[in-house]
Parts: sequence; C-alpha cells; structure tokens
Amino acid sequence: MAQSLLKAVDICKSFAGVHALKNVSLELQPGEIHCLAGENGCGKSTLIKIISGVYQMDSGYIEFNGKRLTKITPVEAINNGIQVIYQDFAVFPNLTVMENLALNSELAAKRKFVNWKRMRQIAEEAVAKINFHVDLDARVGSLSVAEKQMVAISRALMFNAKLIIMDEPTTALTKKEVKALFEIILKLKAQGIAILFVSHKLNEVFEISERFTIFRSGELVATGKTSELDDKKFTFYMTGREFENKIFVPEKLSEKPVFELQDLTLNGYFDKVSFQVRGGEILGITGLLDSGRTELALSMFGLRPADSGRILKNGREVKIDSPRAAIHNKIGYVPEDRLSEGLFLPQSIGENIIISEIDGLTKKGGVYDLDHAQKEEQRWVRELEIKTPTPANAASTLSGGNQQRIVLAKWMACDPDVLILNGPTVGVDIGSKHDIHEILKKQAKAGMAIIIISDDLPEVLSTCSRVLVIKNGKIVDEMDAQQATEGEILEKMM
Amino acid sequence: MNAIKRIYSKNREVYRLLLIIVIWLVFMALTKFKKFYTFKNFQTIAGQFPEFGLMALGGMLCMMTGGIDLSCVGIANATTIFVVTNLIATFGETGSMPLAYIFVIYLIAIAVGAALGAFNGFLISVIHVPPILATLGVNELMSGICIVMTGGAAVSSFPKEYCDLFSNNIAGVVPVRLVVFIAVALIISYMLAKTTYGTKLKLLGTNQNVAKFSGLNNVGLLFKTYIISGICSALGGMLMLSNYASVRADYGSQYTMQAILIVVLGGVSPNGGKGRISGVITAIILLKLLESGINRFQNVSSYYISLIWGAVLILALVMDYFSNGRQRA
Amino acid sequence: MQTTLKKLTQRNEFYTFLIVLALAVAVEITSGQFFTPNNAVDLASAMVVPGLFAVAEFMVLISGGIDVSFPALASLTLFATTKFLLDQNYNGPMIVPFLMVIVIGGILGAFNGFFIGYMNLPAMIVTLGASSVFKGIMQGALNSKQLAVIPDCMKSFGTGALFTATNTTSGLTSKMPLTFIVFAVVLLLAFILLRYTFFGRGIYAIGGNPASANCAGYNVKRTKFILYILAGVIASLGGLCRVCMMQQCHPTNMLGMEMNVIAGVVLGGTAITGGAGSLTGCFLGTLLIVMVENSMIMLGVPTTWKSVFTGALIVIGVGISAAQVDRANRAAIKVKKEVGR
Repeated sequence: MAQSLLKAVDICKSFAGVHALKNVSLELQPGEIHCLAGENGCGKSTLIKIISGVYQMDSGYIEFNGKRLTKITPVEAINNGIQVIYQDFAVFPNLTVMENLALNSELAAKRKFVNWKRMRQIAEEAVAKINFHVDLDARVGSLSVAEKQMVAISRALMFNAKLIIMDEPTTALTKKEVKALFEIILKLKAQGIAILFVSHKLNEVFEISERFTIFRSGELVATGKTSELDDKKFTFYMTGREFENKIFVPEKLSEKPVFELQDLTLNGYFDKVSFQVRGGEILGITGLLDSGRTELALSMFGLRPADSGRILKNGREVKIDSPRAAIHNKIGYVPEDRLSEGLFLPQSIGENIIISEIDGLTKKGGVYDLDHAQKEEQRWVRELEIKTPTPANAASTLSGGNQQRIVLAKWMACDPDVLILNGPTVGVDIGSKHDIHEILKKQAKAGMAIIIISDDLPEVLSTCSRVLVIKNGKIVDEMDAQQATEGEILEKMM
Repeated sequence: MNAIKRIYSKNREVYRLLLIIVIWLVFMALTKFKKFYTFKNFQTIAGQFPEFGLMALGGMLCMMTGGIDLSCVGIANATTIFVVTNLIATFGETGSMPLAYIFVIYLIAIAVGAALGAFNGFLISVIHVPPILATLGVNELMSGICIVMTGGAAVSSFPKEYCDLFSNNIAGVVPVRLVVFIAVALIISYMLAKTTYGTKLKLLGTNQNVAKFSGLNNVGLLFKTYIISGICSALGGMLMLSNYASVRADYGSQYTMQAILIVVLGGVSPNGGKGRISGVITAIILLKLLESGINRFQNVSSYYISLIWGAVLILALVMDYFSNGRQRA
Repeated sequence: MQTTLKKLTQRNEFYTFLIVLALAVAVEITSGQFFTPNNAVDLASAMVVPGLFAVAEFMVLISGGIDVSFPALASLTLFATTKFLLDQNYNGPMIVPFLMVIVIGGILGAFNGFFIGYMNLPAMIVTLGASSVFKGIMQGALNSKQLAVIPDCMKSFGTGALFTATNTTSGLTSKMPLTFIVFAVVLLLAFILLRYTFFGRGIYAIGGNPASANCAGYNVKRTKFILYILAGVIASLGGLCRVCMMQQCHPTNMLGMEMNVIAGVVLGGTAITGGAGSLTGCFLGTLLIVMVENSMIMLGVPTTWKSVFTGALIVIGVGISAAQVDRANRAAIKVKKEVGR
C-alpha cells in the first residue's frame, strides 16, 4: 500500500479545559481530493491549524510524507509542503498582484532589498502554473473575489506544496467561478498535489471530492469514499439527527397580495421586475450570483432605491427610498452577510434584537422603556431558541447558526408583513438551517408574506411554494415548487 | 460576590479611576493636608474644571460614534468672540448690560455652537470626510476667523456683568459655573440612559454599515451628535469668558488634547461603540485633583502636570492591555 | 499615451498637483512675483521643517498608525541638545549636534514604538499621551526657557547658504539654506527605503493587512518599533533645522504644528487609515499648505488671515477628496458588475 501523504492519528486538543478535538484522525493519499466537513464548532478549523503549525496538539501525532512532525511552526509546515488558503486569502489589498505573489518568497529568502525585475519574474512564474491571466500591476483590492483566490492559490504553489488546504473556498464565488476553481483543483491533482477541502455544501462534496471525513463536536464521525455517501447519510453524520425534507404547502393565503412589484428597474442591475406575494406564501427568487438578485433585494428594502417602477404594499403604492421607509412600511430584510450587514458583533445579543424596533419601545415623552426592551429580548431568545446563557452576552460569542437566529429575531421583533431574506442559511449548521426553515414556515402560516432569495436549490424547493428565476436582471420564469426539479431551475438560471 | 464582580467588570474604568483618586487623596492628606484640604481649594477646582469638562462631554459623544471632535476650542473661541462683539455693539465698550440679557447671549452662544456643529456633522455624515480631518479643518478655519475679528489681540473692554455673575458662587458655596456643568451633564446623562439615543449612538459607533441595514438614521444621529458637541464647546467657551473676562483667538488651546485625554481615560474607546459618562466625569475629577495637588508642592513645577497626565493615560492603556489578556485589536 | 493619462487622472496626487499649479498661476497673475527665482528659493526654504515633519508622519500613516507627538518630540530633543551644548560651551563641528539629535530623537521615538509596536496599543492615544509626557519633561524637568543664543556651529549651519537667488526686477535676494540639503537627503533616503527595501514594503503591507503581514513573514512588532524610531529621528532633524534657521531655540515654537502637517500629508493622497499614499503626494500636499502661507505675503493679505485660508483649504480639500473617494467606490462596484456578467 502506497505511503499516505498525511496521517493525523488520535489528535487531541483542548482550550482552557474545553475539548476542541477528541482523538480525531485523518488520512490523505498523495494527489487525493478530500473533503473535510462538519458544522461550525466541530473542530475542523482547529485540526487545520494544528496541521499547519499554528496550534500545537495536546496528544497524538502527525506523519507527513513518512516524516513524523512534532511541534511544528507555520514556517516549518510551509517548508514541508503544507499550504493553507484561508477564507480571507491573507492578501494585501493595497499592494499589486506582483508584490502579493513575490513577497512571501522574497522574505523567506531573507532578502533586504527589492529587485523589482526579480519580483516580476517570480510573479510571472507563479501565475503560469495555473494559467491565471491577470494584470500583475493591478492592486489586489480591485480584483474580484475569485481573482483574489487565484492569487492566493498561485502564491501557495510557489513553495513546492504537496498539500493545499482550502477553507470554505466557494463561499463568495459565482457558479462560473466555482467551476473554474474545480478545474484548477483537478489540474493541481494532476500535478500530484493533494487538496484538503473544507466545506459543508453537500453538492460540492459530491462533485469534487474522492474521499470525505466528517467531524461532529470534536470527534470523528465518518470517513470514506464519497461514492458511498448520500444526502441522508451526510445530514445524519453532520447533525446526528434525521430530517424529513417536507415541502412547504401554504395554507390560508390572503386574498389580496400584500406586496407587489410593478416593472421595478435599477439601471444596470435589473429590469422591469414584476411579481406579487400574498400573505401566507413563501416566494423564492433564485439566480446566479450576478443575476441582479441581491440588488433587487436591496431595492425592495430601500438601500438602493429603484430608478423606475412601483412598489405596492397592500394595494397602495409606497415610496421605499431608505431602510427606515421600508421598516415604516412593515418590510424587513435579513441581509446576505450577517457579519458585516446584520450584526453588531461586540454588542449584546439583546441589543442586536431590539435595535430595529427601538423607536417603538418608548414610553410617553420619548423615554426609553427598558423593562419592555428586556422583555422583548427574553421573548425572542426564547421563541427562536437562541442558545445563550443570557441576552447580555456579546453576539460574537455565538456560532453562525445562532447568530443568524439573532438577525431573524431582530426582524421578527418588528412584526413585518413582508420579510425578505437573502441567503438565510449561508454558513449555518444543518441543524439551525432546518430550524430556521421551520420558523419561516410557521410565520408564513400565521400570515406573513415571505420572500427568500437564495441559490441553494434544495432550500428553495423545500421552503418555497413558488419560485421565480432571475437571469441577467430579468425574471425569466415562474415555477411551482412542488413540481419543479433542481435541474430545470438550474437550466433556466444559466 | 458574583454580583459585585459583575458590577465591577462592567464599570471597570470608573472603579479604576476612583481607586487612583482615593490613593491620591490619601497621599495629599498625608503630605499637604493644610494646603489642599481647604474649602477654598475645592471650590476653585469646582469652578475651573467645567469649562473644559463641557468640551469633554461633547467629545465623548463624538468618540462614541467612532469619530472625534478637534474643533472644540475653535468653536468655543468663535462663540465668545461673537458674543462679545454683540455686547460691544449693543451696549458699547463701557456700557452696562442688564442681567436679563444673559438669556440673549446664551441663545447666541447655543446658536453659534449648533451651527458650527452642524457644519461638522454635514462634512462627516454627508460628504463622508473622516472626522479627524473635518473637525481639524473647521477648528483651523474658526481660529482664523477669530484672529481676524480680534486682530490677534485679546479683547477685554466690554460690559462685564455676565463675567462677574458667573464667577460668583451661589450662596457663597457652589460656583455658578459648576451648576452649568452639572445641568449639561444631567441632560446628556439622561439622553444616554433614558432615551433611545444612547443605545443608537453606541450601535452606530460599533458598525455604521450594520446600523444602516438596521434602519438607523445614520445621518441624523451624526448631525445630532456633532451639534450637541458644538453646543457643549460653545457653552465651554462662555464659561471661559466668565473666567478670563476677555476673549482671544487662542484661549484654551491646550483643552483640545486634554479633552481627548479625559475621554479616553474615562473608558471611551476611540473606535466607538463604548463609553459611560460616569467614567468621563470621574476622569475629569481625577485629573483636576492631581493638578491641584501638584500645585501645592512649591518646588514641583506645574509643568509636571503635563507629564503626569500623559503618563496616566499611557498607564491606563497598559493596565487595559494586561487585564484584557492581550486581546487588543 | 492615452492609458498613461488615464492612469494619471485616477491618482489623487495628480489633482493635488493641479491645485498647486492653479494657486501658483493665480498668485503670479495677481502679484507677478510667484515664478521668480527668489520666491522659489523662499518656498524651498519654508518647506524644510514642515517637509521633514511630513515625511515622518507620512511613513507612520502608511503603516496604519498616526503620530501627534512629533512636534513635542522634536522640541524636547532640540531643547535638551541645545541646552547641553551651551552648558558645555561647545565650540566644535556640526556633526555632534547632528548625532545628539539623532540619538535623542531615536530614543524618544522608541518610547512611542514600544507601546504601539510591541504592546499594540492604539497609536493616536499613545502619541497623545507621549506628547504630554515630552512637553512635561521639557518644561518641567528641564525647565525650558527660550534660548536666544545657540552654539556657533548651529548658527552658521542655519545661516549658511547653498547659493543666493536674485530677483532681477525687485532686487530681492534669497538664500537657499544649507538645511535644505537635510530635507533633500531625508526625502531621497525615504524614497529608497519605501521603494527598494522590504522593510519599506513591509510598512505598506502592515498598513494594508496587519494580520497577514505576520503570516507573510514580517515581524510586525519589530517593524513598527523601528518605524517610530525613524519617525522620531526625522522629526528631530526637522527640529534641528528649525532651531538653526531661527538662530534660537524657542521651546514651544513648533507645538501645534501637528494638525497642519497631517492635513498636508492627507491632502496629498495619503489615506488616514493606512496602506495608501506616495512620497510625491506627501510632498505636494505639504507644498500646498506652505504655499498658502507664502502666497498671502505676496498677495498683500495681512498675516492675520493665514489661519482662515489654511482652514478653508483643509476643509475644501478634504471635502473634495472624500467626495472623490465616494465616487470612485461607486464606479468600482459598477465595473465589477459589468465584468461579472
């Protein structure tokens, strides 16, 4: 049997008495594409940091290429051929592509003086390895997310990498870019480089990886060939629960539409979008990353007011030119990126929940009704089952799934008639994802009109009753969720 | 015991300062008891600190939004020069001013402070100029206007009724200026604790983007904050006027940095999103007590005060560093 | 040619240059005195001290920090040096004051560097406190007073001239001071440091992404520490030139310059948040501020109006700069969208 490239055996790691990893093991062959999956907090980041030398393991051992590695530093990991590409790519946005590529190796060679010609040579060689065409003199900050990732990968390849670890690499990529990334990964595999791919997206696991490993709560739960894995097993391994994917059937629809768009247009982004939503419905809007779906959401919420067209609420035209106007008209919006748009991370969970309804929490004379605010905080923590000992803790102390619940609570506290959600379960563990879907279905049954914008097709099909497909800024089709298939929708999207 | 610990950690900055105050008071009691612990001394302190204490209060609000107000002194001097110009125009240099006119000059002061503060707010919230640059430019501009209006010299010939009144002590005990400070402090304290303004301010300072997405009126809040700061600076100027009985373009130029020092010492984070008025007031009191105490020691130059203020500030930061377990951003 | 022009117009420095040019032309039209050899020399002479301060501040701003202590730092260095030399009845060559100023300036800079670099405390607050500490040491411990006499070598350094420029029409002469060499040399060294050494690139890297700078292989703490030492040295050199040119040591003369210097650097396109900016821009921005003062004398505007004009310039300048940044951001989003299609 050929020697494994990486063998991590019985790794244990604790932080301040809390077990992050309990006897986990991982094995990779050279040139293997391996997916490491698990919910937030399951320990996969910790293991990666141990392999790359950022953390030291408490017990267990790692063998790389037959050599036992003990107590390695990040520099030693790199020298052994281990490269990690983190989610933020660790690039310098204010420096050129050329500098970003050449900096690490020049510093590693302990150079003091800059030879720009040599820097350029190094950079040219680096991008040639993956056939990446880019303007070397462009500032990295001006590149797209996919291009930044390519820079990071090119840089990683400069150090004779044998193993490249990618942490959730497809989070911000369009479908086209994901395809391009997968092609690169196959090219790297052909060069004999192993890829350890951290992801929780089921379809990606199936599409690209040969073998998989799943962690849960710091323990190894399953490992094996991807060909032997299926949806149900995956979900079960990840969460320890079995979920039935019930399709949503709306009850008691309102007679008249609660929310309606007529020929809404934002120049350069979307054109003449029209649709109606009734109370009790969950409408899905799906499209590729650059189809205009996010701008449509922002227009409906007043962050990017439309150039022409009308928005009607309960049959009356309303002017939505700011988020305040939207909230005033009982429209809520759960944004795409909870970290930079949805949550005040260092502030308390409670304050995050009540901030959008705060003007309604006053007594006579404008005095802030602290009692009422506290009651609201506790109510929503309870109703949305936000796992925290007290609402006074900072929002940053919670996992992704719980954080998303805070954002949801914030909007539900405003008692909206229409709730728009953009990518509501991105980066959320499967358990919270399921719970959030149930919450939305319950709200719909109580009469709320819900619009979910998402490119997670299974999510769209299981939570929505109707699906609109948006492509290049135009609504190209409307489908019944009960009858449409993923394949059909994908076709219309691309 | 846990409750005590929790209250302490919530108000850590305040209690740390109170501790230093207590130590200092004990030290002064042991060394210069007779000279320091006189009623007159405390009365003088109480009458002196309000002028820049007000600037610190305004500055605190701006810093909580993640900004800063470097224009306090410029606004203060501009205010007083406008007021004095009005007094001279209305009553002549040697005339006398009816006490009721005080309402008018305070109205003028508040109007000037609000207008200049609004200009700051406009630059910062609408044009998106970084606060440090906007307020710095306004400060420079207002100082320049003051120099032109006074010809660079001090102006001291004008009706002095206001100055006399406000330099007095009510019932011979409480300095009038202190009353002004307490009034403003109470108003701001009420706004922060009892209205939604405090929470909104804190969250706006934490992340302006998220605030926008949450439906907060960023522009309105920033305008309001800088207007209040402008008014505080203007009122500070009015107190300076009563103290010096004259106006000059560069009075109180050291107050800008002192105000920032106080605010940071009082626990307000320059990144925004955090701050308590109790901390700021405690910091003001601590530093004024330090200053007064040092003045009692004849051989120690009063310039050492500057040294101690700077050292205390850095000490506070270092203490923070060690207690946070090196979690600095 | 077209692409060079396009690239040029996207840079902030270009606009600053246009404003400098516009102001120069305006003054020339009004007074006819701007584009004269002796005015050029006067300007150069006036640029020496603010220019040196600006270079120091520029490097600190690029790294994502800020320093408001440099006038106090320079004042303390200079007072200590001058007093010491006077007390020793120093009669020797200029090299000694130079070395003393560099060493003391470096030590004071290290004070800042320790807290900001090694303990990672916020730069604004640390240098604010340091400013107070330096002032306190100078005025308190050293009991500073105005020194009307300075050592001979410094006096002759300050009055020495590289050459004299004459305005043939008015008969006015201006001496190009020796101290300009200090400015020119520092400018050149700073340029080489920032462009051709990895230490210099490191300053940009730290300003762009401090977390990643460590991963890239930089010792961020040490780099920042050394950076603030350099800033202290350069600022002190500025102080030395000031004292020599003024022929006396006035302890509080330089205090209060910090904001104008920062404004000049920022007007030249340096981001206050760090990571972006060029030495050219820094020079142009400082030149603009110095020109405003210089022009008023020529336009016959009384000096009392100086602050009004500099203030107005700062307000308008940063306002335009901010509006431009806004517009550029919106354009960038649009471009990305089109490319993505």
